[in-house]
Amino acid sequence: MKLNSQDLADLAVGAAFLGTGGGGDPYIGRQMVQLCLDEGLSVELVDPDDLDDDAFVIPTAMMGAPTVLVEKLPSGLEAIHSLQRLEKRIGRKATHTMPIEIGGINSTIPLLVGARLGLPIVDGDGMGRAFPELQMETFGVYGVSGSPMAVSNEWGDCALIEATDNKMMEWLSRGVAIRMGGAAYIAEYSMSGADVKRTAVPRTLTLAIQVGRVLREAKAQHVNPFEALLGFLPTTLYSYATIIYTGKITDMQRETKNGFSIGRARIEGSGAYDNVMEIEIQNENLIARVGGVVKAIVPDLICIMDSETAEPITTEGLRYGQRVTVISVSVPEIMRSPEALAVFGPACFGLDEPYTRIEDLTA
Amino acid sequence: MRIGIDVGGTNTDAVILEGDRVVAACKSPTTEDVSSGISAALSTVLGESGVAASAIDAVMIGTTHFTNAVIERRRLLQVAAVRIGLPATRGVPPMTDWPGDLADVLGRHCYMLRGGHEFDGREIAPLDEAGLLDVAREIKAKGLRSAAITSVFSPVTAVMELRAAEILREECPGIALSLSHEIGRVGFLERENAAIMNACLADLSTKVVDSFRSALRHKGISAPFFISQNDGTLMTPEHVESYPVLTFASGPTNSMRGAARLAAIGDAMVVDIGGTTSDVGMLMQGFPRESAVAVDIGGVRTNFRMPDVLAIGLGGGSLVRDGGARIGPDSVGYEIMKKALVFGGDTLTTTDIVVAAGMADIGDRARVANIPAETIATALDTIHRMVDEAVDRMKTSADKLPVILVGGGAVLVSCDLPSASEVIRPENSGVANAIGAAIAQVGGEVDRIYAMEGRARDEVLDEAKAEASANAVVAGAIEGSVKIMDIEEVPLAYLPGSATRIRVKAVGDLAMKGAEA
Repeated sequence: MKLNSQDLADLAVGAAFLGTGGGGDPYIGRQMVQLCLDEGLSVELVDPDDLDDDAFVIPTAMMGAPTVLVEKLPSGLEAIHSLQRLEKRIGRKATHTMPIEIGGINSTIPLLVGARLGLPIVDGDGMGRAFPELQMETFGVYGVSGSPMAVSNEWGDCALIEATDNKMMEWLSRGVAIRMGGAAYIAEYSMSGADVKRTAVPRTLTLAIQVGRVLREAKAQHVNPFEALLGFLPTTLYSYATIIYTGKITDMQRETKNGFSIGRARIEGSGAYDNVMEIEIQNENLIARVGGVVKAIVPDLICIMDSETAEPITTEGLRYGQRVTVISVSVPEIMRSPEALAVFGPACFGLDEPYTRIEDLTA
Repeated sequence: MRIGIDVGGTNTDAVILEGDRVVAACKSPTTEDVSSGISAALSTVLGESGVAASAIDAVMIGTTHFTNAVIERRRLLQVAAVRIGLPATRGVPPMTDWPGDLADVLGRHCYMLRGGHEFDGREIAPLDEAGLLDVAREIKAKGLRSAAITSVFSPVTAVMELRAAEILREECPGIALSLSHEIGRVGFLERENAAIMNACLADLSTKVVDSFRSALRHKGISAPFFISQNDGTLMTPEHVESYPVLTFASGPTNSMRGAARLAAIGDAMVVDIGGTTSDVGMLMQGFPRESAVAVDIGGVRTNFRMPDVLAIGLGGGSLVRDGGARIGPDSVGYEIMKKALVFGGDTLTTTDIVVAAGMADIGDRARVANIPAETIATALDTIHRMVDEAVDRMKTSADKLPVILVGGGAVLVSCDLPSASEVIRPENSGVANAIGAAIAQVGGEVDRIYAMEGRARDEVLDEAKAEASANAVVAGAIEGSVKIMDIEEVPLAYLPGSATRIRVKAVGDLAMKGAEA
């Protein structure tokens, strides 16, 4: 499947939705990919099922602060450089690249790399949403090593990281990214086609494009976009989706702790919702509570959307007075196993509440 | 007493206010030279009220002139867009996402040079001064008279933009320079876009401010005058000459604040019907609801704080076609006095429809006697449906809200709207814009990165609020009237320490030399 400009526009919306508040605005990534299309380059997606078992896939991404990215735009060559550095280290040419994270800006970086290098992009990723740290990958959960990893900046400076586990890789590369100005571009979790089939959350790029398309078409046809979205998701691996709250944002607290953007949004209910919902944020929306009772919890998606336009709102975009609708969506089973929850379940974010499926919370 | 003037694309409105009381108000056509239209409006309000020019304490002007110039791609200068940030930023060159026709008008003179800073003030690269000299030579060779300079993280440290300006000024004497750090905030592309748009208005801004000045002098008004900016606060004329882009979208803010004052109501929907378009927005506690997303102006992405308004192609000059089933989006605009049927022209406009329907008495009614009744009924139906749909789209809940109709074209809507709890047509609604300008306030701002670690959030916020309030007073606000209008905290995630960018805006009423406040 070759992507066109409309697909890119839809992807930007769908990726923001799957980012659950985090992951950064895909706008800049989209511009870089659009320039590729304008030059006549193609962006080609490959279904994981169509991948040869001995294909060699090197995922690419940006790491660091989205607030830096929107100011210090990339040269566009950083992630390509990281991929090539890794090829050299491993002694093998990549046959494909793919996203490590579908939420936000990182849905677009591999498209840029693929278009520039003429590599097809695997339709899938390792987070199924957005997460703040690089060990929070289904790839790693099911045994793929993140290392060796390459971290590059706009000058072509590159750090090669060989860590004993993926958490140490995250720790070391984070330090490098800060030295590189707070945003850097990476290649990691290189693996075979067989590993991709076994460990990736499949078909999330096309999912994001479809989410964007469903919202766009609903608006064009004056159909309620929330109903359209809730009607569409059950046909995907994200099979359970429900509105958990509707109301107005009455307070937005933010602070930075250990490099994370921590926040708490207070939503005063309207209509059938006559209480207050509090959403805890750690870059992404982690947990939603009403009167201390959990209504949705990570890794299930908690998406805050503009009630009127159905635009997904990022953490940075949340403001007092916005009318919002909160949607929670079940993540695919590959992200809900005990092994997966040990890497990106509630306890990994310091939450006391155990993971409970959204299906069970709303039943 | 104060005078509020609104210079729109179609009409120039003026009001004299004494406190909240409208002493005189008038509406006259905007003229090509701007100045004679203002003079005419001033003559009317001063003459009508018998107020002496010397009794005026201040004049506030709102204008859509600069926004319209960009939207219409008229009277714009070619611009040298100078970007400092290589080897970073090359992935998205200047004007990448601009509408092609606007980029063509500005000449696509894009230059990218080494330099820029990291978030913590370190250099990405030293400023490429030799490269800048080459750029200066090319600017001279091409005869460009205006340049926009944007450096990475200039809101954190502006030294490279300032040094680049120094070099260009030296090499290209008389060049107009727009420095991004003086115009926008963090968010590179949006700030660069704003700086480039500002640069293309450099000629027009001097001319327009001059014509304001001469119109006032001509009427013997020596009181200070101000121009309103997009957030509803006031700028000095000198500031506008350098930063015309900051007046963008001041029109919707003025009309909505004016509507709130006229209707004495804080929560409502406002429909401002002008000559070419209608702006629909929502008032919350007397202030417009702001847009949460990036705002496009003339197709260009910016990050200005602006009221969230929906513009639809419906105004008093909109063309009526297909027996009334199709209205706008094109309009005869300021030529309505020549082109509309009631004024002896040959174009069927919405104004002709309401005159023919007997809902308004404008121009020569005999000239519209031949419009078929069916066309009139269909056109009125179309007009009401367009307004009702727009109101419904901009509401944030299904609850019905009052709708305040303002603007010169308010006469177009005569019936109830299904989406409104009531339709309010306040007195003087035709000049809500000018009233909004007249009651505009003075602002003070703080925008800085604070180290939050080891400090209570409230303590840091209080410090920032106090400083913003003090700045408002320095800018001319009455001390007791200053309120905090907006607080924005953006923690710099994934960075060491607890660095947080805090932006606080405070506003207060302008201190008058007279007794009135």
